Amino acid sequence: MATATQESTTSALGERQTRLEDDALLRGLGQYADDLATTPGTLQAAVLRSPHAHARLVALDAGEALAMPGVHAVLTGADVQRWAAPLPVGVRQPMEHWCLAVDRVRYVGEPVAVVVADSRYLAEDALDAIRADYEVLDAVVATEAAVAGDAPVLHEAVGSNVVNDRSFSYGEPDRAFREAARHVSLKIDYPRNSCTPIECYVVVARYDPADGGYDVAANFQGPFALHSVMARALKVSGAGLRLRTPPDSGGSFGIKQGVLSYVVLMALAARKAGAPVKWVEDRLEHLQAASSATNRVTTIEAAVAEDGRIQGLRYDQLDDCGAYLRAPEPATFYRMHGTLTGAYAVRNLAVRNRVVLTNKTPSGLNRGFGGPQVYFALERLVQHVAVELGLDPLTVILRNLIPADAFPYRAPAGSLLDSGNYHAAVELARTGGGLQELEERRAAARAAGRYYGIGFAAVVEPSISNMGYITTAMTPEERRRAGPKNGAVSTATLTVDPLGSVSVQIASVPQGQGHRTAAAQVVADVLGVPREAVSVHVALDTGKDAWSIASGNYSSRFAGAVAGAVHKAATRARDRLARIAAAQMGADPGDLVFADGRIHDRNDPARSLSFHRAAGAVHWSPGLLPEDEPGGLRETAFWSPPELAAPDDDDRINSSLCYGFVFDYCGVDIDPVTGRVTLDRYVTTHDAGRLLNPDLVDGQIRGGFAQAVGAALYEELAYGDDGSFRSGTLADYLIPTAAEVPEPVILHQETPSPFTPLGAKGVGEGNNMSTPVCIANAVADALGQRDIRLPLTPSRVREMIGITESEPPAAHAAPSIEAPAGGSTLRATGVVELEADADTVYHAMLDPGVLSRIIPGCHALEQDGDNAYRADVTVGVGLIKARFEARVSLTDLDPPHALRLNGAGSSAVGTAEGGAAVRLSPREGGGTQLAYDYQAAVTGKVASVGARMLQGASRVVVDQIFARLRQEVDGPGASAGDRAWGRRFRAWLLRLLGRGGAP
Amino acid sequence: MKPAPFDYVRATTRDEVLTLLAEGSEQVRVLAGGQSLMAVLNMRFAQPGLLVDITAVEELRRIERRGDTLVVGAAVRQAELLAWPGLAETVPLVARALPWVGHYQTRNRGTIGGSLVHADPSAELPLCLATLGGSVVLESRRRRRTVPADDFFQGVLTTAREPDEVLTEVHLPVARPGSRFGFREVAMRHGDFALVALAAEVRGDEAWLGVGGVADRPVVRRMKPGAALADDLDALAWELGGEDDGHASARYRRQLVRELGYTLLTETAP
Repeated sequence: MATATQESTTSALGERQTRLEDDALLRGLGQYADDLATTPGTLQAAVLRSPHAHARLVALDAGEALAMPGVHAVLTGADVQRWAAPLPVGVRQPMEHWCLAVDRVRYVGEPVAVVVADSRYLAEDALDAIRADYEVLDAVVATEAAVAGDAPVLHEAVGSNVVNDRSFSYGEPDRAFREAARHVSLKIDYPRNSCTPIECYVVVARYDPADGGYDVAANFQGPFALHSVMARALKVSGAGLRLRTPPDSGGSFGIKQGVLSYVVLMALAARKAGAPVKWVEDRLEHLQAASSATNRVTTIEAAVAEDGRIQGLRYDQLDDCGAYLRAPEPATFYRMHGTLTGAYAVRNLAVRNRVVLTNKTPSGLNRGFGGPQVYFALERLVQHVAVELGLDPLTVILRNLIPADAFPYRAPAGSLLDSGNYHAAVELARTGGGLQELEERRAAARAAGRYYGIGFAAVVEPSISNMGYITTAMTPEERRRAGPKNGAVSTATLTVDPLGSVSVQIASVPQGQGHRTAAAQVVADVLGVPREAVSVHVALDTGKDAWSIASGNYSSRFAGAVAGAVHKAATRARDRLARIAAAQMGADPGDLVFADGRIHDRNDPARSLSFHRAAGAVHWSPGLLPEDEPGGLRETAFWSPPELAAPDDDDRINSSLCYGFVFDYCGVDIDPVTGRVTLDRYVTTHDAGRLLNPDLVDGQIRGGFAQAVGAALYEELAYGDDGSFRSGTLADYLIPTAAEVPEPVILHQETPSPFTPLGAKGVGEGNNMSTPVCIANAVADALGQRDIRLPLTPSRVREMIGITESEPPAAHAAPSIEAPAGGSTLRATGVVELEADADTVYHAMLDPGVLSRIIPGCHALEQDGDNAYRADVTVGVGLIKARFEARVSLTDLDPPHALRLNGAGSSAVGTAEGGAAVRLSPREGGGTQLAYDYQAAVTGKVASVGARMLQGASRVVVDQIFARLRQEVDGPGASAGDRAWGRRFRAWLLRLLGRGGAP
Repeated sequence: MKPAPFDYVRATTRDEVLTLLAEGSEQVRVLAGGQSLMAVLNMRFAQPGLLVDITAVEELRRIERRGDTLVVGAAVRQAELLAWPGLAETVPLVARALPWVGHYQTRNRGTIGGSLVHADPSAELPLCLATLGGSVVLESRRRRRTVPADDFFQGVLTTAREPDEVLTEVHLPVARPGSRFGFREVAMRHGDFALVALAAEVRGDEAWLGVGGVADRPVVRRMKPGAALADDLDALAWELGGEDDGHASARYRRQLVRELGYTLLTETAP
């Protein structure tokens, strides 16, 4: 059949066009998940979460909570076991991940119960009334520690925290290393961080007892392969879980994949409550327990020739996926697997990948997925090769880049790099970004004694994931048994209604990128109508719309795959319309041109038909249509690229369809005193194939760059050694604001992909991969350092520059000055001078009456064994107050010389446990010196949001205890003024020396 | 992140505030802008029975000069003081430090009194009050007392305020002729809590250095510009100690006291 052509004057692909989305968003008319209308009677949910990183859940009593006004139901692990199944996992291991803790908790923030009430306020009131008893277990937090033989094991049935261990060899790595002139290696500890959305998770769930199905609206982003995971966990068929997504998104960056376990959880809560249930995640819940990128420990080694050519690479990677392997993990490894040699023509590669579980929040999709971790190791190594060989880093990069005539290039681990001209892109960057000028600035800065460095990063940015790459985690034998998985089906549906307006339904679940704008451009281009005449619908309903397991918003698949499916559907519709119009016009379909809202005959410009007239015919006058034209105009196109095969028996995997190229460099200026890193200039060069709309592309680059600046300089999800979470607010987890992010110099080169319908590649994630290591390389260059750990905070950078302290004066050598590294244990010492003799002091402490008076806020003290008590204690520091159910005991009694005062308590804001070793010694001239050395550990909400002040606050509480003891034994007249006691004395001394009675 | 139930009174007179505090005592919290308290309530770290909002009490919203003292009402917003004409001449240190207090938006809500009573060891306003040797007025049904900054700040989030007292006035000594002031802060991002904040006053041979963000309260020490300054700063750094936290090490904080302290005092000196 002849094909019509389009010549559009109203919209052209590749032009900069403003976003169709923004008008409504800027006027506050967006439809976010929380804006979706709910049915009357919808109840609100709040989640009780574990304060412990690792504990047995011994008992859960929700009786009091259920009796509270407005509370309808409490969902517990027992309900979940009755109605649901554990979430399916991607590797074969006997570990269970329930959406709600059943008998054990494995990370701080793990859901333990759900309260359903008339309002969120009442639901949170009821949370405080649920009693959960835990038996605390040792936690394992550090990734390498989790691999050690004596580490606490999270999933006992697995028997190890390493839940997947695969080794790969491509080419002849051993020979390459044997024969190479030099070996250069680095060890990298890539931290936990997360591209953080403004909008947190939202779920509105309903259970239909008539058919046993669930209807859930959630800001889930896909991939919709996970719909199967949710349906199986809910023990329903695919049709039994109708999942809808809202039209607008407050950002995702991968994070909204992790809402999947809450879809299951709230579906069950709705079933328990017998009513629709809505849950909106708050910021603390989000930072603590939503999801994050994996942190990774990598040992990377290169076999290098003297000229800098890399002859072989070895990776030994430990990926820390947190407490559970939540689908699609361990995908962080395998998304990048085919591309582990990056932009370089390295043929020999050895890899060992171990997936490790620790007592942290489960990891998941995150913008750049796997790329930041891989490229931080690889590009740091390339910079270090240059240092070791005395070469310029750019020389080493250029000598190793894949040559332009090698494309399509099959990388040793399987990626088929579709197109590119890396050397040309580097040249564009060098000239277009002013590299020489930066080099001059570096020379001038160094001559002036400043720290200035230049860093580079060359990155291959994969897009459009192969749905089969995850099976690389299995052995070839396991894959044969499971059956092949591969491909990346995208879909779009185009409808022309009786008035000739065009609507498009896509299953790409956009999260702010502007899919509506780009899809409208594609359709307008094909049909020759103004893009404003095209409505693009992005809210997905699995019960009604076309979708596939690959649907969703991830792996930068829109421009290559989804826009391609839109183009395919629009082209089909156009070809049908051409035949219909040709019959009406008496023309040949091949001669028809779609432009300016009309269909023209190219041979006779006078002959034309309006688009809406031709389109209307299929609805109003089907009897007049050509033969075999069925009428109606709705085209659903599916598209899947043949290049995405399953992993082969040698574990080669083409993990993505498209591979863009990013080449970055930057100059950083470091303040020698504060250690602050300032980006002097950042140049980022992208080849993402054909650009559909450069404005949208630049928006993606700026957004990814901003998050990458965060990863490089500010962001880390911090944990204490005990697994307590330490980054629970946006004052602790620092996201750069507009003031901290400079405008990068953005350069484009376009080498179309031969594998996508429009020649476009994905572009959403490149800077998340390239920028952290580019900045790190610049800092390494500035400071001459080898080991660079992110984030490069001023303190960390200044420590690298060097701090030489004198020995502390004797009076300040007490351990109170330093908290232990990791910061999970609070520790301090103090001395109190007492007038009473040691016997009096000692016996006072053993007296329950005295004890109840010296423990601040002690309401009731009941004997609970020898020198053991239960108490109700309200601890207050400043405006913060928490009521603890506490156990207090006195142990290690050595009258009247020493004892140990222990306390442990739990409250709705967290738990605290600690002890003070107390020593009494006689003072010269009478009286007693009491010395104490306490350690305490705090976990739960208070540790998540109060880390900055915990040490100081614990000191306030402990000081109160011993100050009150002094008043007990020495009488109320005892005051601090004439006695020296530890830190308070120093404060007093400083006041005397300082501004006490000043001007 | 929803607060537990509480009652709320928007007081209009000082008497009303004092009466409510006298009756409710421990159960009452004063709301003076809410830039810390609201977050604490939402986290349920405090569950007071009654919030007494003092921001509508006219008597507490005045800024006036009384002799050598600038008297700032407790409920004066940080943005209002920053916009007060003559601030830079009257209390130059405060004029320099206030832009570092949070962000434009938080300064529109946050009050001078609220920041002082909260006593965050990293906060700028407590540091200014201590460095200038200012004082606060605490009032209750029982008494009215003036407490110097050094006695007022007692530790992390801890002050000399009794449960039935409300801070009503802040007394800032007016800059004397010949005094020079300097302020430096290092924070992760602009508007974040200070990793280290330094405030200096130099007058003739005399100099005072105030340090926030290192010890559990702002600490002020008389310094002698000259040969021994580096040693004095080293001693001060060790005395302050500092803590490691997620954003900076104690060592780093001490080093900034030494190096930035030196620079600031040198720059501030005539």
